[in-house]
Amino acid sequence: MAESKKNFKLPETDDGTVVFNVPFPKDLSQLKGMAPIIIKQPYHIDYIHSFGQDSPFFAGLANGKLLSTHCKECNYTYGTPRLHCMYCGNECDWVELPKEGKIHCFTVCHYGSEEFLKETPFILILVEFPKVNTLFLGRLLGVDTKKASLDWIGKKVKAQFKRNSKFKPTDVYFVLA
Amino acid sequence: MRDVFVVSGGVSKFAKARPDKTFQPMVKEAYDYTLKDVGLEFKQAYELIDGSVTSYFSDHFLRQLMGGAMTTDYLGLCPKPNKRIEGGGATGGLCFQAGWEAVASGRFDVCIAYGFETMSHVNTWKGNEFIALASDVSFDYPVGGFYSGYYAMMVTRHMKEFGTTVEQLALVSVKNHNNAFHNPYAQKRRKITIEDVRNSEMVAWPLTMLDICVMSDGAAAILFASQEGLNKIEKATGKRMKPTKVTGVGSGMDAMRMADRPHGEVILLPHEKKSDYKGLKYPGVHSFRSGRMASKLAYKMAGITDPINQIDFVELHDAYTSSEIQTCEDMGLCKYGEGGDFVASGKPFMPNLDYGYKFPKQGVIPVNPSGGLIACGHPVGATGLMQAVFAHWQLQGTINKHFGDPTLQVKNAKRGAIHSHAGTGTYVTVSIMEKGF
Repeated sequence: MAESKKNFKLPETDDGTVVFNVPFPKDLSQLKGMAPIIIKQPYHIDYIHSFGQDSPFFAGLANGKLLSTHCKECNYTYGTPRLHCMYCGNECDWVELPKEGKIHCFTVCHYGSEEFLKETPFILILVEFPKVNTLFLGRLLGVDTKKASLDWIGKKVKAQFKRNSKFKPTDVYFVLA
Repeated sequence: MRDVFVVSGGVSKFAKARPDKTFQPMVKEAYDYTLKDVGLEFKQAYELIDGSVTSYFSDHFLRQLMGGAMTTDYLGLCPKPNKRIEGGGATGGLCFQAGWEAVASGRFDVCIAYGFETMSHVNTWKGNEFIALASDVSFDYPVGGFYSGYYAMMVTRHMKEFGTTVEQLALVSVKNHNNAFHNPYAQKRRKITIEDVRNSEMVAWPLTMLDICVMSDGAAAILFASQEGLNKIEKATGKRMKPTKVTGVGSGMDAMRMADRPHGEVILLPHEKKSDYKGLKYPGVHSFRSGRMASKLAYKMAGITDPINQIDFVELHDAYTSSEIQTCEDMGLCKYGEGGDFVASGKPFMPNLDYGYKFPKQGVIPVNPSGGLIACGHPVGATGLMQAVFAHWQLQGTINKHFGDPTLQVKNAKRGAIHSHAGTGTYVTVSIMEKGF
């Protein structure tokens, strides 16, 4: 089986070797048979990201409040904020969401994008709040990641906040209520 | 709008990595195959082609802007018009429809659409990071941006809502891998079982490594023509073409953040009734509203009112086994909620292959006869065009010629549907192709 074979493979890493020259044939017609030269090119940036109109949400998290938006016109409450209502185009108002909700769906990530690999396994959930029309994406803590089960869906969860805000949506996370 | 024909197509062999070539000559492999298959010389093609459209998904993967311009340049198509199309996983499907639009509008008589992706230039987990940038970077990405995780959340809801099982998901992988065993273009050609899928490494519960497509380097091309364009190609080559006709195009969208999607009423297809879906909150996160919209529009244009009986095969975007099940529902091959049973019935399997399981209704409407993304690979910008190439060959009846193996030829295929999908259903395209000779 491919999986068991994989266990005996040395990991491929991105670090390379400094090479300043390569063998070269006398006869140029041999060049088409040459192995490709593969080099490492660094690709790092610091990007200046503004949360713009969504900034109050992150200010809320820093102050222990889970905020979202409500459209008066449509009487529609978003579980994740958006300043303009998708049904009437009007500007919404900021409101505080309930601290408790239910798990709408979930997954346990055993792998992840490079940035989050060190945090695996972690649990992602979409939370439904009472009288709120849409959902909110967050992490669930405090349950056994080895015991994933559809029974988790519908369980009550409550929001908890980081004391020192990182100004990320993970400043709020959820535990079973 | 005027009639648009697909005249020819080509695909590079999809591979984990193609360090032997940069992206331009990789596209040229698909382009040259497209010309050669209809007997067009390079210079004839240059004379006949009025312009081109290019698809590649990610500026991060390519780390080169203007890749479309550079490819067009390498193919020798300067100074004729070109533009790039991008829309996440649906990039190739959108490019197919952009090629169709260029001809249908009367702007071009002959148009070449080509797409590619080079995903091997970063490690798999950095690649997943790049892909996850196609989710909201303020609210979704920082929570644990990972597309397999997003789709896994959708499927746990589908399972809870409708009783779909992991074994039903695994059957999709069994089908697509076993089909691809007979497709020389596929990246993964293995015969597998339900147990293999469930025993492979867990990625995002309940999806395992074998429930998920792989990253690839690859390219594909499609040559479109109007009736006038077709006449010109036949005159230049001195050959009768075996074209397929594009009889329907549809596309749709949904909110990028899954959390924002409504919980309302089902968009109905002609063969469905409101009473079929009493109490179902739609689309929520269990269904792709964009896929339903794309299907509805494409079916309307092609005059399809009963998809399962009026379409002979489907090549759809199975980036995940779960999304194939969800998509069969969106496309009305079965009702919403019945996708798991639909697979278990055997309907989407090839009628002539032995998969190691007994099915009550095997082979009613083959879905992903090529092996789909799960087995062929998913070089994003090429994928939607690859589906069009395989559908074109099915409708021509030339699978044996191109695969060197007749096993995957759908017998008497007259009409096929292709389906391309992005971002947990943010963009979806559906196009209908019919035998045109």
